[in-house]
Amino acid sequence: MRRWGLEALGAWLLGAMWILPLAWALWSAIHPPSSTQSFGLFSPLTLRNFATAWGMAPFGRSMVNTVVLVSIVLAAQFVLCTPAAFAFARLRFPGRDFVFAIVLVQLMVAPEVLMVENFRTIGALDLVNSLFGIALPYLGSAFGIFLLRQAFRTVPEELDAAARIEGLSLRQRLWKLYLPMARPTYIAYGLVLVSFHWNNFLWPLVITNSVGIRPITVQLAMFSTTDQGTNWSIITAATLLSTAPLVIAFLLFQRQFVQSFMRARAQ
Amino acid sequence: MKLTRRSMLAGATTLAAPAVARAATLDISFFFPIAASGPITKIINGYAQDFAKERPDVRIKPVYAGSYDDTIAKAITAFKGGHAPPLAMLGAIQVYTLIDLGAIVPFDEVATSAEDKAWMNSFFPAFLANGNVDGHTWSIPFQRSTAVLYWNKAAFKEVGLDPEKPPASWEEQTAMAKKLVRKSGSETTRWGIQIPGTGGTYWLYQGLAIEAGQQLMNKNGTEAYFNKPGSVAALDYWVGLSRQGVQAPGVIDWGVTPNDFIAGRTAMMWTTTGNLTFVRDGAKFPFGVAMLPADKQRGTPTGGANFHIFKTATQAEREASLAFVKWVTSPERAAAWSIATGYVATRPDAWATDVMKKYVAGFPQAQVARDQLPYALPELSTHANQQVTLPLNSALQAALARSKTPKAALDEAQAIADRVLGPYKRG
Amino acid sequence: MAPAPLTQARREALQGWLLVLPALLFLTAFTYWPTLETAWAALHTTPVPGHPSRFAPLANAVAMAKDPVFWQALRHNFYYALALIPATMALALVMALAVNGRIPGRALLRLAYFTPTVLPMIAVANIWLFFFTPGYGLVDKLLAPFGLGGWNWLGESSTALFAVTVIAVWKQAGFYMIFYLAALQSLPAELAEAAELEGSSRLNYVRRVVWPLLMPTTLFIFVNAVIDAFRLVDQIVVLTRGGPDNATAILLYYIYQVGFQYFDAHYASALTMVLIALLALLAWFQFAVLGRRVHYR
Repeated sequence: MRRWGLEALGAWLLGAMWILPLAWALWSAIHPPSSTQSFGLFSPLTLRNFATAWGMAPFGRSMVNTVVLVSIVLAAQFVLCTPAAFAFARLRFPGRDFVFAIVLVQLMVAPEVLMVENFRTIGALDLVNSLFGIALPYLGSAFGIFLLRQAFRTVPEELDAAARIEGLSLRQRLWKLYLPMARPTYIAYGLVLVSFHWNNFLWPLVITNSVGIRPITVQLAMFSTTDQGTNWSIITAATLLSTAPLVIAFLLFQRQFVQSFMRARAQ
Repeated sequence: MKLTRRSMLAGATTLAAPAVARAATLDISFFFPIAASGPITKIINGYAQDFAKERPDVRIKPVYAGSYDDTIAKAITAFKGGHAPPLAMLGAIQVYTLIDLGAIVPFDEVATSAEDKAWMNSFFPAFLANGNVDGHTWSIPFQRSTAVLYWNKAAFKEVGLDPEKPPASWEEQTAMAKKLVRKSGSETTRWGIQIPGTGGTYWLYQGLAIEAGQQLMNKNGTEAYFNKPGSVAALDYWVGLSRQGVQAPGVIDWGVTPNDFIAGRTAMMWTTTGNLTFVRDGAKFPFGVAMLPADKQRGTPTGGANFHIFKTATQAEREASLAFVKWVTSPERAAAWSIATGYVATRPDAWATDVMKKYVAGFPQAQVARDQLPYALPELSTHANQQVTLPLNSALQAALARSKTPKAALDEAQAIADRVLGPYKRG
Repeated sequence: MAPAPLTQARREALQGWLLVLPALLFLTAFTYWPTLETAWAALHTTPVPGHPSRFAPLANAVAMAKDPVFWQALRHNFYYALALIPATMALALVMALAVNGRIPGRALLRLAYFTPTVLPMIAVANIWLFFFTPGYGLVDKLLAPFGLGGWNWLGESSTALFAVTVIAVWKQAGFYMIFYLAALQSLPAELAEAAELEGSSRLNYVRRVVWPLLMPTTLFIFVNAVIDAFRLVDQIVVLTRGGPDNATAILLYYIYQVGFQYFDAHYASALTMVLIALLALLAWFQFAVLGRRVHYR
C-alpha cells in the first residue's frame, strides 16, 4: 500500500489537471457572466446561460444533423467494410494482397488532406451543403476494413470449414459466424467512428453553408467567434450543451466502451 | 426530396395566380457576418420577422457565418459550389474579389427606377466609397463602423488626467497611457492602452497609417503601399506602445479587448464603434468615445459590411432582396439599428430622425463615429483581397510579436502584395 | 451452349472481387482518384482574370520554394509532430499504468483521463481559449505567483504553437491510453506476480517486462499519432487562425487557407501533394522499417 502513495498522488494530480478545464467550463456555465472573470466562491448559480445559448442558435437542429450524419457514416461503413474485410481475410482471389496494400495507403491519407479536390467532386455531384456531401468522403474506410479483417482472421478456420460442410452460403457464414464473433470489434470501431464524426469539424465547415445543414461542431464554432466582446458564460454553456449527448452517453456506457476495446484487442 | 429554393421559385413564377403565389413563399437566404453568440442575431431575426409582415411572400433566412473572413470564405465557397445565397452582407472590402469572380450584380442594375437612384445616393459618400467601382454601385452600406478610441473616465480621474479630455495626438496618447499604467509588483494590472492585433489586424493599423499620411492602396485596388515611410512609421508607433510598457506585449486579442476595457484592465482601447453597445451595457464606470488621435492628420478607415446581391439570384430573388435592403436601410430602421448595436447609421437622414436625436442627446458617444466620417478613408481593399490582406496581418503580427522589425515585416508583405497584384495591374 | 460451370477457385475469385468492389469504389472516388487529380492540378496555374489556367509543371513548385509561409508551415508541422507524438504517447502509457494498477479511485481517474477525448476539438478550444487568456485565464492565475503572469500564450509567436500543442495533447492522450490499457489487461497475470515475487522495482518491471510486450501496441499508437500530427488543426482554425505571424500554421491549415480563403486552388493542390508525399514517406518508414518488429496480424 505504501508503494502506491507517491504514484497515486502523481496519478491523481494528473487526473486533476485533466479534469480542471472541464470543471471550469461547468463552473462558468452555471454562473452569471459577470462573475466568470472573478471566480467568486459564492457567486449565484444560474441555468440561464444554457437557455440563452440554446435560444440564440438552432443547436437542436444541428444536433439532429449530427445524429443523422453519424448514422449515415456508421451504417455505410459497416455495410461497405464488412464484405471487403471478409474477402481480404478469408477468400483467395488474384490481386488480393496488392489491393489490400493499396487499401492500407488510405490509412495515412485522411479525407481532410484531399479536401480541395474532394470539394470539387462534391460540387460536381451537386451535393455541396448537404449531409450526404459531408458524409461521402468518409464512407470507404481503410481503418474499418483493416480492423474487421483482423477480427475475422481470428475466427478459427475449422469453424468456417464446418459451416461450409453444413452447406451454409457465404452470406450465412458471414451473418451467423463471423459477425457474432467480431462483435466487440464492431462495438469498439463503432464507438471510435461515432466520436470521430460527432467531433469532425474542418470538412463540414468547408462543405456546409446554411444553418439548416450545419453539424453541431460547425454551429458551435460559428457561435463562438469573438468579433465583439466575448461572453464566456454563454459560450461555455453552448459548448457544454453541444457536447452533452456524447459525454452523457460515454458516462453511461464507459464500462462497456472500455471493455469492448479490450475484447477487440484480445482478438 | 428537399425542396430547393429554385424549385419553389419555379413554382412561384410559373403559377402566377395570386393565391398560389401566396402559398409558395420565396426563401431568401442571407449570409451575415456575425458570431451567433452576439446580441445582434436577435435584432436581425427581428428584422426578418418584421419584413415578413410586409412581404408575406418573401422569407428572409439569415445565416450567421462567423467573422468577416469566415463569411467571405463561405460565400465564395458557396458560389463556387453553385449555391450562392441571393443576398449577403459581406465586408465592403471584398468588392474587387467578388467582381473578379463574376459573383455579384451591381445594385444599379437591380434598382433602376428614379426613386431607386435617389435611394442609392442617400448614403454617406464615405460608406459608399468602397463599393463604387467602375462607375457602378456594387454594394449598399449597412453594418458600418469606424475605429474609435474608448477611454475610461474614472481611470483618467484617478491618475490626475482631465476625464473629459481624450488624447488628440499620438504623443498625447502615449503620454497619457504612461500615466494610466498601474502595477502591482512586477505585474501590470492596468495597461494604458490596447490596440488589438487579431481579427482584421490590418484595420486598426490602417487607421494609424492614414494618420501618418499614408493610405494603404490605390483607387483601383491594383497597388498596395505597405512599406512607404508613413506605413512604417505607423507600425513603429504601434509596436512602440508595447515596447514602452503602456500596452500589453504580443498580439492582443480583438474579442477580449472590450472585456479588458470593461474589467478595467486597460484604460483606453481602440476598437470598432460596433462594440459601443457591449461596452455601454458592461462598463461600471463612466467612459468616453473619441476620434482616433492624429499624427499628421486625423484619420480612420471605414469598416464593416455591405449588402451584396449575387449574380446567381433569379429575377424574383433579386427583386425580393432589393425590397428587403431598401426596407431595412430606411432612415428609421437605420437609426434603430445604430442605437441597438453601435454601428454607424449609414445615411444622414437617419441622424435627423427624432429617435436618433433623442438618443444622441442622452448618449453623445454615439455621435463620434459620424463626426469622424469626414476624416475617414475607404478600408483596405484590393483585387484578390484575402491574398493581400492576410499576409499583411501576419506581417503586422510578426512585428507586434517582435519576431521581425516593422520595416522588414512590411517589406515582406509588400513583396507578396506586388506578386499577387501583378497580373491585375497588367490585365 | 451452357456456360462452363465455375470452378471453386474461379467462384471464390469472383466472390472476392465482388465483395471488395463497393468499398474500393468509394476509396477510389475520394482518395485515389482525387490524389491523381491533385497531382495533375498541381502542375497547372490558378486562373486569374485575363490569365487562364495553363500547364506549367514547375510554376507551383518554384512558388513554393520561394514561399516563406510554406517553409514555416513545414517547420511548424515538424515541431508540432515532434512534441505531440512523444508527449501523448508517454502520457498515455503513464495513464494506462496508473489506472491498470489497484490505485484508489481508479474508475474515476480513468474517466478523468478519457473524457477530453469524447469532446469535439472545437469545444476543447473554446475552453482553453479562456485558460490561455492573459488576465483572466487559469494558466495566468497559476503562474502569477511565480512572476510569470500576464503572458499572452496564444498571442506570442514564441508560445502559440506550444499552446495549441498542449491542447492537442490534452485531448488525445486519453484516447491512446485506452489502447495501452487494453494491451496491459491482456498481459498474463503471472507476469505481474512474478515481478512482485522477485521484488524488482516497478520501474524495472515496466521497462524490462511490460514495455517489450507492449511494442506492437506502441507501434500501432505511433502510426495513429503520426497521422494525428498532420491532421489535428481544428483548434488552430478557431483559436489562432494560423497566427500570430503564421506561428501556428501547419501544413493542413495552410492548405485550408490557400484553398478556401485565397481560393488559389492549384497552389493548394501543390501543397497537398507535399503533404501526401510526406505521409507516404512516413508510411513507407513505418511499414518497411518498423513493420518488421510489429505483427499486423
